[in-house]
Amino acid sequence: MTAVTDEVLTFDEAMEKYDPVLGFEVHVELNTKTKMFSSAPNAFGDVPNTNVTPVDLGLPGVLPVVNGVAVESAIKIGLALNCRIAEKCYFARKNYFYPDTPKNFQTSQFEDPIAYDGHIDIELADGTVFRVEIERAHMEEDAGKLTHMGGSTGRIQGAEFSLVDYNRAGVPLIEIVTKPIVGAGSRAPELAKAYVAAIREIVKNLGVSDARMERGNVRCDANVSLKPKGQEKFGTRTETKNVNSLRAVEHAVTYEIQRHAAVLDSGTPILQETRHWHEDTRSTTSGRPKSDADDYRYFPEPDLVPVVTNEAWIEKLRAELPEPPAERRKRLQADWGYSDAEFRDVVNAGVMSSIEDTVAAGVSAAVARKWWMGEISRRAKLADVEPAELGVTPELIVELNALIESGKINDKLSRDVLDGVLAGEGTPAEVVEKRGLAVVSDDGPLLEAIDGALAAQPDVAEKIRGGKIQAVGAIVGGVMKATRGQADAGRVRELILQRLGVEG
Amino acid sequence: MTDLIHFSADTLAQKLAAKEVSAVEVTQAHLDRIDAVDGAINAFLHVNTDEALLVAAEVDKARADGDTLHPLAGVPIAVKDLIVTRGQPTTAGSRILEGWQSPYDATVVRRLRAARMPILGKTNLDEFAMGSSTEHSAFGPTRNPWDLDRIPGGSGGGSAAAVAAFEAPLALGTDTGGSIRQPGAVTGTVGVKPTYGGVSRYGAIAMASSLDQIGPVSRTVLDSALLHEVIGGHDPHDSTSLTDPVGALVEAARMGQVEGMRIGVIKELQGEGYQAGVLTRFHESLELLRSAGAEIVEVSCPNFRYALGAYYLIMPSEASSNLAKYDGVRFGLRVVPEGTPTIERVMGATRAAGFGDEVKRRIILGTYALSAGYYDAYYGSAQKVRTLIQRDFAAAFEQADVLVSPTAPTTAFRLGEKLDDPLAMYLNDVATIPANLAGVPGLSLPGGLADEDGLPVGIQLLAPARQDARLYRVGAVLESLLEATWGGPLLAQAPEITQSAGGK
Repeated sequence: MTAVTDEVLTFDEAMEKYDPVLGFEVHVELNTKTKMFSSAPNAFGDVPNTNVTPVDLGLPGVLPVVNGVAVESAIKIGLALNCRIAEKCYFARKNYFYPDTPKNFQTSQFEDPIAYDGHIDIELADGTVFRVEIERAHMEEDAGKLTHMGGSTGRIQGAEFSLVDYNRAGVPLIEIVTKPIVGAGSRAPELAKAYVAAIREIVKNLGVSDARMERGNVRCDANVSLKPKGQEKFGTRTETKNVNSLRAVEHAVTYEIQRHAAVLDSGTPILQETRHWHEDTRSTTSGRPKSDADDYRYFPEPDLVPVVTNEAWIEKLRAELPEPPAERRKRLQADWGYSDAEFRDVVNAGVMSSIEDTVAAGVSAAVARKWWMGEISRRAKLADVEPAELGVTPELIVELNALIESGKINDKLSRDVLDGVLAGEGTPAEVVEKRGLAVVSDDGPLLEAIDGALAAQPDVAEKIRGGKIQAVGAIVGGVMKATRGQADAGRVRELILQRLGVEG
Repeated sequence: MTDLIHFSADTLAQKLAAKEVSAVEVTQAHLDRIDAVDGAINAFLHVNTDEALLVAAEVDKARADGDTLHPLAGVPIAVKDLIVTRGQPTTAGSRILEGWQSPYDATVVRRLRAARMPILGKTNLDEFAMGSSTEHSAFGPTRNPWDLDRIPGGSGGGSAAAVAAFEAPLALGTDTGGSIRQPGAVTGTVGVKPTYGGVSRYGAIAMASSLDQIGPVSRTVLDSALLHEVIGGHDPHDSTSLTDPVGALVEAARMGQVEGMRIGVIKELQGEGYQAGVLTRFHESLELLRSAGAEIVEVSCPNFRYALGAYYLIMPSEASSNLAKYDGVRFGLRVVPEGTPTIERVMGATRAAGFGDEVKRRIILGTYALSAGYYDAYYGSAQKVRTLIQRDFAAAFEQADVLVSPTAPTTAFRLGEKLDDPLAMYLNDVATIPANLAGVPGLSLPGGLADEDGLPVGIQLLAPARQDARLYRVGAVLESLLEATWGGPLLAQAPEITQSAGGK
């Protein structure tokens, strides 16, 4: 655990006095087959230092060659963010010494990004639309991965030595930089989360990135500053690095707003620096001072020729773009027949794509919604993960639903079946078998239980006979209790009414 | 068959094709020569005896089997130790790479292997090609075969001296500011810097990426053309590689025709600072060209006076970044200092111990020139000068088909003479640097011996980009006219090399 020593104001106190200004740098790892400047595979999770060529190790004499697919991906991202695409742009070297960077410079773009001057409309939970202006999106390469050994914390402090894996070195990255975001007020944390979610959704929708935040495919640096209400001039900002989940983005922005407010209230200036986010304590700690005068000695990369685009190429890529997420949402809501409130809940729960996949796999929109908004969301909340991260596949839901519709199991039992499947006990059918979860469909034991229930509640039985059919629920409840839920409630109802000689 | 070493590559190729000699005999003769004289010359950092003989034996077998062979198959070659080779060390003349073996071949080396040319070994150079005398090699200076107390030029003094001393009929060099042409001039050999992009740089250890170019070193103009055709042409591993075919260079050298051509004398590259004997030989060459039917015109390139200044900003800037990778982390020398060996201290100690003074000087210069606040004044201005020089060339080539100048202002100076005066050393490249800044091709060929010291003088020919053939066409004529006046090759006048004179 990281000790929290910062003074913080409550969020509401901070909001009374200050207006937050946000800014984001989101790094998106592309899912190209090969790396940005070499033919090495771009793959996650392989044996360290196996996905490397001499180029990725920065060996003497090597030269980079631009990955054309990565350039197209960059243009697609630019177009999806309503950016202008540069007719001609250059790569530049960002020079700094660090052992995860094999050449001790990162090949990036500086003065001429491939995409610039865009915007994206972010819809908040209550339907408010907030426009975020995009400054630029540029191409660059990822660094390798350092693992610090021998210390207790896994951090470089206290470590005896460090290992470096260059598999990630050279993986294509698109860095998306916003213009300063003002006017979000108390909704800043919510907007922060929604913005990163939107970027993730866009790049996933474009098919250019796997967009898995837990693998670092989408990484966010969040800039926060506060200015006293009414003041025009921005305050000093801090940059919280590598905030790598949607919740963390929201929490980190909240925390920095609270911390800045306390620092400013105490009359101390904010130190311009990077901050590290700690999920365990939901707080940030000081990183390194970062001034605008950081000297990376950028200069045009002489080993690469400029990337030159043309109208025909850009228009071809524009034509290939998938439906934008906002339009997609409109279409899906209409297709599914959800009310505005229902649909917003679905979007906010982050299960829209899951529902789409599940409907495509063969269940009704209502059934898909019941699962994703009900049982799966409930479990996700308990586990503190996103619903999509639970490992429930559309096919699983289709199978569960088929079992329910065939009367083999009921809704209540289906949760146990889901438990079994997620515990690795096999397919739903196998779990039903192994756990003995099938509903009691043999009328014999049911009739026995019904007789028992009717005998226990003779007054209710009388009411039903007298035509108050809605009273049948009490008897059904008794039967379900007696069968420990393993009965098909519909069938039980039928049998009760038969037994009492009443037309359902 | 000691005479074998005196044949040109073209003659050797013919004798091999006619089976008058075997590739093993030719290769062995050169290995024997290296054994006999390289103690005095120190042209080679590594002699590749076993592999060279093996390749030669394979060529002989293939020829005996009637296989179709490249015309230069079996003709041995030396390779500047800035170019990476599998199976042999590559040092770049630096302690920081001592003992390092490349896991890959440079593209030009692959092409030599494809042509089945036995590689005799790796030749000496100024550390990372930074110098004009080969005195900045970490492995001792190379000596000029004409006078063992004098420099062989640089940085490619090893390749030039090896060819001048008949240790190899051909060699590869690299030319960033004159490192092929100036050694050619002071050793009485031929050296060509091709059009930028004409020969792949993949596997040439970078000094200044926008200036570096690999090229041929030989004793005759035709031999350089033969080698140029082997190594030239597009390479997908080098983004700056031209897509044009290499062109009919050998044909141009064999045809050798200047009648009706306009040959421009660059006003700014003569006069003050040029040794009298150099200018005398230069003017004689002009007369010979005129006598052969060329029209001699004077052209002015007023911005050439800024070339040296611009070069000494651009070259160190790029070098400071290119040499950042030598940090002890992945390959080569690693120095672990006393006390707590943090990564910064290991990198610092490695670079302090591994780099020589000239390399450090240029890294510091370049780092400074790229620094925030200085970039525009230094690197930015230098790039503007570069554009002006390109315009000077464009204007000059309106008036002339080929330009001509002395290659170097003086003949070979004495070892140690300019070692303590970097500026005097840099001035040696005043005539060769403009071609690198503009990317145009240049050829240096022997122009005779200076009267005052009896040492070789070089004549430089320059052509527009992609017109390398013109250099061979004019160079071959001038060479034959000059040899007619000397009664044979200039190198026939070189003194015998005695082992005692130098000694290692």
